[in-house]
Amino acid sequence: MTQLIDELFVAAFDNPWLSQRNDQAAIELPEGRTVITTDGFVVSPLFFPGGDIGMLAVNGTVNDVAMAGARPLYLSAAFILEEGFPLGDLARIAESMAAAARTAGVAIVTGDTKVVQRGSGDGVFIATTGVGVAPPGVAPSADSARPGDAVVLSGPIGDHGVAVLAQREALRFETTVTSDTAPLAELVAAMVAAVPDIHVLRDPTRGGLAATLNEIADQSAVGIVVDERAIPVRGEVRAACELLGLDPLNIANEGRLVALVAAADADRLVDAMRGQPHGRDAAVIGHVIADDRRFVQMRTTFGGSRLIDWLAGEPLPRIC
Amino acid sequence: MRYLDEFRDGAIARSLATQIAERAQPDRSYRLMEFCGGHTHTISRYDLEGLLPANVTLIHGPGCPVCILPVGRVDQAVALSLSHEVILCCYGDVMRVPGSDDTSLIKARSHGADVRIVYSSTDALALAQSMPDRQVVFLAIGFETTAPATAAVVLRAEALGLTNFSVLCYHVLTPPALDALLGPPADPARPMAEIDGFIGPGHVSTVIGAEIYRALLDRHDKPMVVSGFEPIDILQSVAMLLDLLNDDRSEVAIQYRRVVTWAGNRKAQDMLAKVFAVRDAFEWRGLGSLPDSAYRLADRFAHLDAERRFPLPQHTVADNPACECPDILRGTKHPLDCRIFGTACTPETPVGACMVSSEGACAAYYTYGRGREARTAAQ
Amino acid sequence: MCLAVPAEVIEISGEDALVDLGGIRKRVSLMLVDDVAVGDYVIVHVGFALTRLDRDEAQESLALLREGLAAAGAAP
Repeated sequence: MTQLIDELFVAAFDNPWLSQRNDQAAIELPEGRTVITTDGFVVSPLFFPGGDIGMLAVNGTVNDVAMAGARPLYLSAAFILEEGFPLGDLARIAESMAAAARTAGVAIVTGDTKVVQRGSGDGVFIATTGVGVAPPGVAPSADSARPGDAVVLSGPIGDHGVAVLAQREALRFETTVTSDTAPLAELVAAMVAAVPDIHVLRDPTRGGLAATLNEIADQSAVGIVVDERAIPVRGEVRAACELLGLDPLNIANEGRLVALVAAADADRLVDAMRGQPHGRDAAVIGHVIADDRRFVQMRTTFGGSRLIDWLAGEPLPRIC
Repeated sequence: MRYLDEFRDGAIARSLATQIAERAQPDRSYRLMEFCGGHTHTISRYDLEGLLPANVTLIHGPGCPVCILPVGRVDQAVALSLSHEVILCCYGDVMRVPGSDDTSLIKARSHGADVRIVYSSTDALALAQSMPDRQVVFLAIGFETTAPATAAVVLRAEALGLTNFSVLCYHVLTPPALDALLGPPADPARPMAEIDGFIGPGHVSTVIGAEIYRALLDRHDKPMVVSGFEPIDILQSVAMLLDLLNDDRSEVAIQYRRVVTWAGNRKAQDMLAKVFAVRDAFEWRGLGSLPDSAYRLADRFAHLDAERRFPLPQHTVADNPACECPDILRGTKHPLDCRIFGTACTPETPVGACMVSSEGACAAYYTYGRGREARTAAQ
Repeated sequence: MCLAVPAEVIEISGEDALVDLGGIRKRVSLMLVDDVAVGDYVIVHVGFALTRLDRDEAQESLALLREGLAAAGAAP
């Protein structure tokens, strides 16, 4: 059984490292700072409009490497399968990972598979590690935001979370919104080429834009002020949030990023982003201020101001 | 979104704010209670208090079915989910409400209880139909707005002859709570807030109608304006209330006329009368035990009543003494008056129910107003 | 309170309706309301249409509010 599964991955991922059938892969890295990240993926449902858990795992890992300003090169992947998980579904996930890896320009060079008893897992869990290299001098970090910096967002928020919610059995609604899951390596390469001194780069995944902005404010010990009108949210995402009592700011994204740069660099960065397919709707949404309390504030459409807080736990639909 | 976006227009809001400022007589104060948590949420979300003159204050009421659920009831739901091999279906709102000993339904789920979030009561019924060998219990919370959805599935379960479906019914009623807020306090040591007028429940009134408040408010000699939930609705209701108070008229008026009528939804009312019986009394967090203030299933549907079907713990649990939820729910204290607000009690680690629901006064203040309040305090 | 949103009825089949809210569509129950027609707006709460939204009333309130705005704008 395990051998069958291994064959399936070797065939799908198709690269010289895997074909050697070693328990590890020996790789050469170009000059620069080596970047490494690891991530676990659990998602329900496993397949959703615009993607599936496999695509999510590859893109998520690629993006975590890219958020260091690096070009992602190699991935490893470990699969925890629940006994009885349909091989057909697994093949679909493997194919989709292979396609995502090709798009992102990375190779999945080593991996592992374990099968657990039925009931001990939820179909399939995927753990991935990614390795990449950042050009010398490029070192964005969440603790590097400075007062005066411009906050740039790459596109509309909430698509991924809403696409997944729409498929949940008990919530089911019809929407044309699909997951925004995408590899952001090309976009980041273009950004780094235009503005090497990007202070902060983050992808607002779980917890949404609200969590990411709060993390940055907290780690950099600054305040952030964003303008509600400048943050793009698709009509259907807004409507889904209205129906379920959620806030788009807390909804997960899988193909968006937030960049903080010196105000003088903002236009150049936004121009470079808009030339890329995953940065077409890039815009400045706010700026950094000095604030010991590390608050993230939003200028509302009413001209008032409110705080944007971290959300406690996963956003749950509410009736009141 | 039609009929929502129009009522969120900033220019109209500012013009209403000007009208309110003109109407507010400088030599008097206006203490208005918004009963509904939904109103509280909008007020915080749009910073409406910042648009009002200083002598018009909004007091946040107990109209959040999650916030007023006493700890003992949460314990019942948790015990049921853990001990009777049932699938407990509930609305997302109750998942994080703290019971005693740091329990909650979300924690019960991580301990193996089969607790599932549903969007609608019909989803719970559908689950029971699809899993005939499992007992499915629907935890029914909410005011009169939500109760008809429960009544509908009880009637359908009866018609289908389902034996694996039941309802844990914690539906509560609005008029008795309003009455309690205006009447003498049950405990003289814990007075009620002084209220000049009410921003009245909007969606509850689509079901029960606005007529029902007339006698009640007349008895207490207070005005009420039944209001919609968008910022423009609330500001317009405040303006209307100021007019009534300035003219010394204790009347009920409807601002939310696009949705609320005097008679309400007769079909839904008939269904409520058929399916539910009024409990002699029900414990409300903050307000104490209120007579005739909640529903249980009528005897005819006893076989669908989880409270009669499963042995459940019957205890009342005192609130955490440091938590000011009871006084906040009565409107006598502000979230910022609570010593544990924002320190021991946050949305992540809620001590009191007002911090759990995003409609709770504390959660609304914490989420949207903390910075503004802190700034004001610092000045 | 109760989170309830106005949505347009797109299609009716028996006791259910398909409603549209800003482009998303959801199946809701019409068990609690009578005489709902395609094109009506209903107030949706926990998967049920609670009542019909009176569009004339809505237009009238908005017209009055906008009048107030125009009057305020005209004032010196």
